[in-house]
Amino acid sequence: MTWDLAVNVLISGFLTGMVYGLMALGLSVIFGVVRVVNFAHGEMMTIAMYACVVLFAAFKLDPFLAVLPVAAAFFIFGYALQAGLINPFITRPEHSQFMLLVAVAIIMVNGLLMIFGPDARNIQVAYQLESFELGSLLIDKARLYAAGVAVLTAGLLFAFFRLTLTGKAIRACADNHLGALVVGLNVKHLYALTFGVGAACVAVAGCMMVLLVDVTPSLGPAYTLLAFVTVIVGGLGSMPGALVGGILIGVSEALAGLLFAPSAKSMFSFGLLILVLLLRPQGLLGKRA
Amino acid sequence: MNRRAALLLGLLGVALVLLPMFANSYVLSVATLILFFAFTGQAWNVMMGFAGQLSLGHSLYVGVGAYAAAGLFFHYGIGVWAGVWLAIAVCVAVGAVIGFLAFRFGISGVYFALLTIAFAEFTRIGFDHLQWLGGSGGLFLRVAQRDQIDLANFRGPPAMYYYAILALTAGALGLCSWLLKSRAGYYWQAIRENEEAAQALGINTFRWKMLAVMISSAMTAVAGVFYAFYYNNLFPEQIFHISRSIEIILGPIIGGIGTLFGPILGAAMLTLLADGITELLAAFGLEIPGVKQVFYGIVLLVVVMFLPNGIWPTIARRLGLAK
Amino acid sequence: MTALLEVSGASKSFRGLKAVQNASFEVARGAIVGLIGPNGAGKTTLFNLIAGVLAPDAGSIRFDGAPIAGLRADQVCAAGIGRTFQIVKPFAGLSVLDNVVVGALARSKNVSAARAHATSVLEKLGLAHKRDMPASSLTLPDRKRLEVARALATRPSLLLLDEVMAGLRPTECDQMVAVFRELNRAEGLTILLIEHVMRAVMALAGQIVVLHHGEIIARGLPSEVVRDAAVLECYLGEEAEI
Repeated sequence: MTWDLAVNVLISGFLTGMVYGLMALGLSVIFGVVRVVNFAHGEMMTIAMYACVVLFAAFKLDPFLAVLPVAAAFFIFGYALQAGLINPFITRPEHSQFMLLVAVAIIMVNGLLMIFGPDARNIQVAYQLESFELGSLLIDKARLYAAGVAVLTAGLLFAFFRLTLTGKAIRACADNHLGALVVGLNVKHLYALTFGVGAACVAVAGCMMVLLVDVTPSLGPAYTLLAFVTVIVGGLGSMPGALVGGILIGVSEALAGLLFAPSAKSMFSFGLLILVLLLRPQGLLGKRA
Repeated sequence: MNRRAALLLGLLGVALVLLPMFANSYVLSVATLILFFAFTGQAWNVMMGFAGQLSLGHSLYVGVGAYAAAGLFFHYGIGVWAGVWLAIAVCVAVGAVIGFLAFRFGISGVYFALLTIAFAEFTRIGFDHLQWLGGSGGLFLRVAQRDQIDLANFRGPPAMYYYAILALTAGALGLCSWLLKSRAGYYWQAIRENEEAAQALGINTFRWKMLAVMISSAMTAVAGVFYAFYYNNLFPEQIFHISRSIEIILGPIIGGIGTLFGPILGAAMLTLLADGITELLAAFGLEIPGVKQVFYGIVLLVVVMFLPNGIWPTIARRLGLAK
Repeated sequence: MTALLEVSGASKSFRGLKAVQNASFEVARGAIVGLIGPNGAGKTTLFNLIAGVLAPDAGSIRFDGAPIAGLRADQVCAAGIGRTFQIVKPFAGLSVLDNVVVGALARSKNVSAARAHATSVLEKLGLAHKRDMPASSLTLPDRKRLEVARALATRPSLLLLDEVMAGLRPTECDQMVAVFRELNRAEGLTILLIEHVMRAVMALAGQIVVLHHGEIIARGLPSEVVRDAAVLECYLGEEAEI
């Protein structure tokens, strides 16, 4: 294993990690505010990936353009899901909420299986095969662009929560549910909005991911677990934590794939999850629940 | 249990015992599958319904139990009656480790569920690379004659396996019934309802939670051993997969967590309806992968939304079976 | 004869906030001692130190001569201390009787003996006719009685009552007082109670300990304590010169 190979793998992992981070960001936002553990997160991302595949097959629409309609559709879907299905469950015991989303996830994954079948699909665009050369370093164009979009989306999200009135209102709900009600915030609407935003995030991540991997329905549960590992390692409820966690997971997966067998790399992520849950459950940047 | 319930249970028992005489091999295999999920669901129910710990990685114990007994048989020719003890021992140890880590470090609720998923996934990938036990290619046990009953090696016609799983399920029912009415049952329910109050009443909650985890994993280990010698081939991708863990919990959740008959009722309903759907589609010449699971998902959704305590408590009241 | 409960120099801080500072007092066998003080004085923290929910940062707590500071809550119960919670914690999904059986199982190893004992405790608290009702369906006064019954079922030598009269009407309060008086008289049950309802404190307590900002500022007979200047100041504030 040469130094060059290692660095290239690290960079690749870093860039992929940004997309993981965006996916985890959606989960973190949803959990941080609505306090719902979205067990269907990876499945939603997989649906976004398939949406891109379909749009590309039908209209030759590049994923970077498909991002906008797909994210918008997911925003609406997320809003509807929270307002219609999940909202009545806020007061139910934790495992009830959990099982609700497990059910949604099962329907999603197998719905995809029914519609698309188990074979892998992908998107072929020209720039996927091109890369930038920096000396001996090779950086995949598609990966770089995807990471760029991920960072941009994360930036927009930060701006939304820090600078807009709605964003601040949502943060208020997260900090103090009763207080928010007392000052007249429409908490139900804000929760639904947050879920929509989280869903839009994961949609963007999906549109980016479809450039990097082939999509099968079984990716759904795998990404859900990956999102959880990322968020827990980075810190549940912490937005920067989700991104940091994503990068960490991306890089360590890449390294593990290089040093051990490629198929064992998710084993490393799960090992990391176990360690973090035991030793520092609030994650690297999170606050104690 | 009131007289009506006892009578109904007795009739059901007789019907189940006589089933192989009337059923063809297909019906028998479906019945065996139902009972397998009923038994495994009952085992999971001890951890969740009794002690309140949500395990979403129970396929871990099925797999470890299966591989332990199968490995002994495959490599050393040691029969199932000895192998099952190793399977139980290993699974209890694994469960104890997970329980210890979780309870000592104060991990509960969603975090505990995620921990169990992580352990199952970790093991799945691990076994994929464990060539000594077949790796991802699978472990295959030799199947001798299927006509004669060879109890020593647990080989025989399908009816033998049916009676074996029937006996196991009946045993699980008896064990859980006894546990529920005992001191353990009271303490587990107290811990499930309010752990702090339970501690103030002299309950060492750590010890009792560990006990629930170990009993649950021991029972599930036996299910795994049955699986190994019934199907005779083991693949990590299948046996440790998270969808297996979810299949295990569907019965108890739909039937009723924490109840005695919930897991069995749930398993029966789900398997029968799912099979009905597959048959219906086949009649139209359709075979769509994923239909059964979408059906499971929908049923789970409906039950979680409208019947959070499961179907059994409602049915029991309607039929006058509850006390 | 040594006191049943001896607290010496107990202290507990939370991230710099001194909840309990150098608290020392005794509860004699068979006595009823009231622990009073303004909100935030540290009374429940002191209870939690005795009951094993928290471990003291400093000081010692002896029960019946043996040290119990730092023991787990269930070990403290096994030693003979029962407690109720300020916000009641019933086992909502269980029946009233089963709630108390859980407590009774601390001493009776088999379920039928526990049920018998639980039933007799329910009778003492006037809840026997509601034994099969789910605990979630009880009114607040009944929930408080259930909380007490559960703790009593563990056959404690010392009962810690945390604001058990809060939310009760005067007649209900008097009924509870009568029950405790009877238990104290007939069975020698030692009681340490946190209370804001002075009606109950004056009726029950043979001795009062006053806590303020985590420190004990007065102790003694009820009639003395209620006239103590420091006590009046902490409740009513300083007298102003107009």
